Amino acid sequence: MTIDPITLVVIQNGLQQVCNEMDLAFVRAAFSPVISEALDRSDGIYHRTTGALIAQGDLGLPVFVGTMQFSTAAVIARAKSPRPGDIWIVNDPYLGGTHLMDVKFVKPFFHRGRLFAWLANTGHWPDLGGAVPGGFSANATEVEQEGLRLPPVRLYKEGVLDEEILSIIFSNIRIADQRIGDIKAQAAALAIGEKRLTALIERYGEDVVEEAISELEARAAQQMRAKIATVPDGVYEGESFVDSDGVEDRPLRIALTLRKAGTELYFDLSRSSPPCRGPMNSVIATTKSSVYLAVKHVFPEVPINAGTFQPLHIADPVGTFLDARYPRPVSGCAAEVSQRIAEAVFAALGQAIPDRLFAAPAGTSGNFALGGSDPKTGRNYVMYLISGGGYGGSARLDGISNGCSTIGISKTTPLEVIEQRYPVLFEEYALAEGSGGAGRQRGGFGVRYAVRLRRGEARASFVMDHGRFGPQGAQGGADGRVNRVTVRRNGEDYVPPHLSKDQGIAIGPGDSVIVETPGGGGFGPPFERDPALVARDVRRGYYTRAEAEERFGVVLDAGMEVDVAATAERRVRFTTEAQRQRE
Amino acid sequence: MTIVGCDVGGTFTDLILYDEASDELRVAKVPTTGDNQAEGVLEALERVEARLSEIAIVHGTTTTTNALLERKIARCGLITTRGFRDVLELGRRTRPRPYGLIGSFEPLIPREMRVEVDERIDAEGEVLRPLDPAEVEKAVEDLRAKGMESLVIHFLHSYINSAHEEAAAAAARRVWPEGCVTIGSALVSEFREYERGVTAAVNAAIRPVLARYIGRLEEELRRRGYRRDLLIMQGNGGTVSARIVAEAAVNTVMSGPASGVIAAALTAEEAGFPDAVSYDMGGTSSDVALIRSGVPLVTSETELEYAMPIHVPMVDVHTIGAGGGSIARIDEAGLLRVGPESAGAVPGPICFGRGGTQPTVTDANLVLGRLNHDGLLAVRQKVPIEAIRARLAESVGGPLGLDGEAAAAAILRVANDRMAGAIRMVSLARGHDPRDFVLVAFGGAGPLHAAALARELGIPRVLVPARPGLTNALGCVLADLRHDFVRSVNKPVQAIEDGFVASILESQIEEGRALLEREAAEIDDLVALHRAEMQFEGQSHLLSVELPDRAIGREALQRAFEAAYWRRFEVALPEIRAVLVNLHTAVIGKRRRIPLTALATAGPDSGETPVSRRRVWFAEGWADTPIYRRGGLRPGATVAGPAVIEQMDATTVIEPGDEARVDKAGNLVITIGEGGGPRLPKAAPS
Repeated sequence: MTIDPITLVVIQNGLQQVCNEMDLAFVRAAFSPVISEALDRSDGIYHRTTGALIAQGDLGLPVFVGTMQFSTAAVIARAKSPRPGDIWIVNDPYLGGTHLMDVKFVKPFFHRGRLFAWLANTGHWPDLGGAVPGGFSANATEVEQEGLRLPPVRLYKEGVLDEEILSIIFSNIRIADQRIGDIKAQAAALAIGEKRLTALIERYGEDVVEEAISELEARAAQQMRAKIATVPDGVYEGESFVDSDGVEDRPLRIALTLRKAGTELYFDLSRSSPPCRGPMNSVIATTKSSVYLAVKHVFPEVPINAGTFQPLHIADPVGTFLDARYPRPVSGCAAEVSQRIAEAVFAALGQAIPDRLFAAPAGTSGNFALGGSDPKTGRNYVMYLISGGGYGGSARLDGISNGCSTIGISKTTPLEVIEQRYPVLFEEYALAEGSGGAGRQRGGFGVRYAVRLRRGEARASFVMDHGRFGPQGAQGGADGRVNRVTVRRNGEDYVPPHLSKDQGIAIGPGDSVIVETPGGGGFGPPFERDPALVARDVRRGYYTRAEAEERFGVVLDAGMEVDVAATAERRVRFTTEAQRQRE
Repeated sequence: MTIVGCDVGGTFTDLILYDEASDELRVAKVPTTGDNQAEGVLEALERVEARLSEIAIVHGTTTTTNALLERKIARCGLITTRGFRDVLELGRRTRPRPYGLIGSFEPLIPREMRVEVDERIDAEGEVLRPLDPAEVEKAVEDLRAKGMESLVIHFLHSYINSAHEEAAAAAARRVWPEGCVTIGSALVSEFREYERGVTAAVNAAIRPVLARYIGRLEEELRRRGYRRDLLIMQGNGGTVSARIVAEAAVNTVMSGPASGVIAAALTAEEAGFPDAVSYDMGGTSSDVALIRSGVPLVTSETELEYAMPIHVPMVDVHTIGAGGGSIARIDEAGLLRVGPESAGAVPGPICFGRGGTQPTVTDANLVLGRLNHDGLLAVRQKVPIEAIRARLAESVGGPLGLDGEAAAAAILRVANDRMAGAIRMVSLARGHDPRDFVLVAFGGAGPLHAAALARELGIPRVLVPARPGLTNALGCVLADLRHDFVRSVNKPVQAIEDGFVASILESQIEEGRALLEREAAEIDDLVALHRAEMQFEGQSHLLSVELPDRAIGREALQRAFEAAYWRRFEVALPEIRAVLVNLHTAVIGKRRRIPLTALATAGPDSGETPVSRRRVWFAEGWADTPIYRRGGLRPGATVAGPAVIEQMDATTVIEPGDEARVDKAGNLVITIGEGGGPRLPKAAPS
């Protein structure tokens, strides 16, 4: 290495700051609330010939950690003679994408007339056409039903927006009127990146920055390998299930065999279920990205660039639903399947390094879309709600309540904003009592909300998961409670046949939708939980008295304090009964 | 009149006394007293021999910030809309860090202290379900039985219709007349139920704490003969009378950093630099803020810690974990990291001799001769420089293949790079070019790094105030009274009628005037600053637009927004309607300004001759460098770099090629030399 180690750090910080500034500008200028509030976007710098990740913003959505390098590579393969000011637009899931709503802009970055790198960002647009508003069709059977698919096309040509391409896009999507704002915001973020990266290169020189980039890649790999080296060698299994694909009502299995040898991790997903008819297929870029983000959740200190992923070897799970090919529908891959893949990784690593892992988090994005027309304003609307859920307990801490999805960092939209914009009224937005899985460290709690339509007719769609299987407990902890959806129409309750997925359910004024999201899994045997903490949880109303006895073996007296003797007796009796049953 | 500014910081309580009649200035620095900060304040007053019957005191306190961070807060109860008591616990569905799923969060008000009552108002402000005051009365009694000390009333959509919150507050006061009641809409009249609710909860949680503290302090002061109004520093950079401070206690959070920024702003403005970046580097962190036309930028979106948003206007201070005590280490990738871990005051840097073993930024400065080994304030047992150098060589130098001095230089470069990054985030990232600003450096370590930072950022000038270690106390002396008002408007700009904006702004001024009268503090003049928060229809983030004229019409408003939007994003959007979301007025009661020339340090005039020389390291290498005493440099004196200027609590480093001049107020104004702009080390120091 000839670059001095200090300049190396300084350039690392500089590259990071370029990306953070792009992230910030994109969020603040965006129109889609999925971008501006839910932060469903990411910005990065990519290698000029391979598309490999050089740096990515700290606040980018985790599921985009790996995917943008695949889509950038797809653009590079097709881009003939890129020029300054060009921007390609692409959302094709099979070309390194996620679902159609994630629209990528990819821009060549030139320094003194020479192609130096690519800048790219992804933003979740609220609608790309297709069968249902918002794109989360729960029972699509081919990608064409999910929306408009854009191969890499040059939307900006030397800085000029191509109005013809734009008109094709606008003719195929819902609520097109504000998308020009998102397009300009997305392009502006890349322009800011261009300016800052130019300044960085001018400051240190092209050769030095170039050298720093490859050295930083090697260092990230080194750091990831140092982390992996602390995991005992061996073969570990992890498993998780998607409720159903939305079309056929049977679970999809993710089966992971994880082999750790020396400083490398080998991921084999080949025993997972075959491709499915409904939209729960995952494209390979998303499958790989899910593994990356899961590992990053376990070793958060390692910075993200292409080197980070070098010691992670993921065999293409050919012939499974985790390596979907055209025209399999894929709208559930980024939001749901990705989280199940991460849970399989957590479960496998949990056997190897239990003290550093956690029980499964709620793991669903809780997508609920309501589309209709408001008779008061005469305007069509698409309302999205996303929800958090409980996180899993870990060796020292209970899980937090209403944490955001594993693959996201999104904030929910304030209820007051939703009620301003859409003809709905919330009746309740509460902690889902009892939902946290019992454990020495219990799971966090999900959320329960009830929302009522005030006027007009509307159609409700759901793409959620963990309706059949609650998030897994770890080290003897119990599973978290499942996700529940109920539609109350004319006073009668309707539960979707697939529990967590359905689409186009017609509702009218006064009807309501009630959703309860999963609690996190518990960690460690529930009977080892400090009885004083159980008593506190009962006083707070997290659990009932009866649940304290049944799930934690803790008996409370009339004053809500722990009855020490009765608790000891109960715990011993339950334990011996359980042992007898096992024998 | 004699005016006293007294600021309680984490480590020291600083005081400045200025006697107008004699134009005399006295200062004191005493250790902060933990549990009752009043003791330190009284001690400092004794040090300067203040005659309490003849002074007016402006006080900055960290009581409320500390109470929140340490959760030593009042037991609060919440009364809220039926179905929504968990809003404060569920938050906005986030997690503490982007990666890693382990963490914890405790709401300020525990679940058993949150009670729901029947009532509902919709987004248009229509009452859907009426409030029953009797139910509120019962809830208050139940909560009191559970030990409630402070009550929050927080209902959905109260920003548009506060009638239910007010009726509930009245009911609460009927059964609890002496009670401490906070209603959300009175503090923040903006939508977002979580942020407004947390802001109200924060206020309730610290209100009794602040009232107790101020009460005790006032009592002690009165007993010693104090007669005048006591003014308290707020996070918006203004002061408020102790009489009403507790009602909006949340406004005192973050008042420490704000007073520093205010002092920086006024000092720079008087020196002829209305646009400035303030840079306050202390032991554990550095605070930076942007100042335009003499006024610090203010934000309504401060987040004190994870999931604790405080949505009242506060000086927009960006903090990073890089200070004198920041620890340098080599990570698993073999890269040098500086901070955010800090050695704190105990054990502190190695050189403090209090048991610290991990090298810090302060140790690096010492090894490089930039700090005087004999001049450190906090040293318990002097550690030989060789030992520090050896420790640096071992823990940082070894893995990087550098000797102790080169390792120290590396630490400085990485620390400076992080601080430069923070300054870029408050300037460039918001559409301001740092080259148009002067860098005002203060805090114990700011002046040590400022010239190098300015060079890195292309900033042409650095200003080091006469008393860089007493800036917060100076901020107290200088700050005006200030009240901020925000009104939600939410109207397309093109639908705004003539006179609409002016009428709201004028009513805000009237509100401010009434409040100032209630305070009965002495002011010379009343000034109002206005800004609008705007967006394009459909966006959720807001852009702040300064309003030069109260009577602004819709066309001018549209143009002002477009210009601000272009400056920030370089985007024009003629396709989409602009919306006026909030109108904001700061009503400022101007206090008589003390002449800053009084700060020019008195001491024996040493002319421009150095008091000593030592070897100091710069990016160019080692240089035999003259050392000056700050007190000996009189207005008009100039010092060419390389040079080091020392004073009791701060050290200023002048880089080679730069030149410092003492202005009439005693500030050091450093002009970054020709060929300014970033400079890379020619060679590793040896």
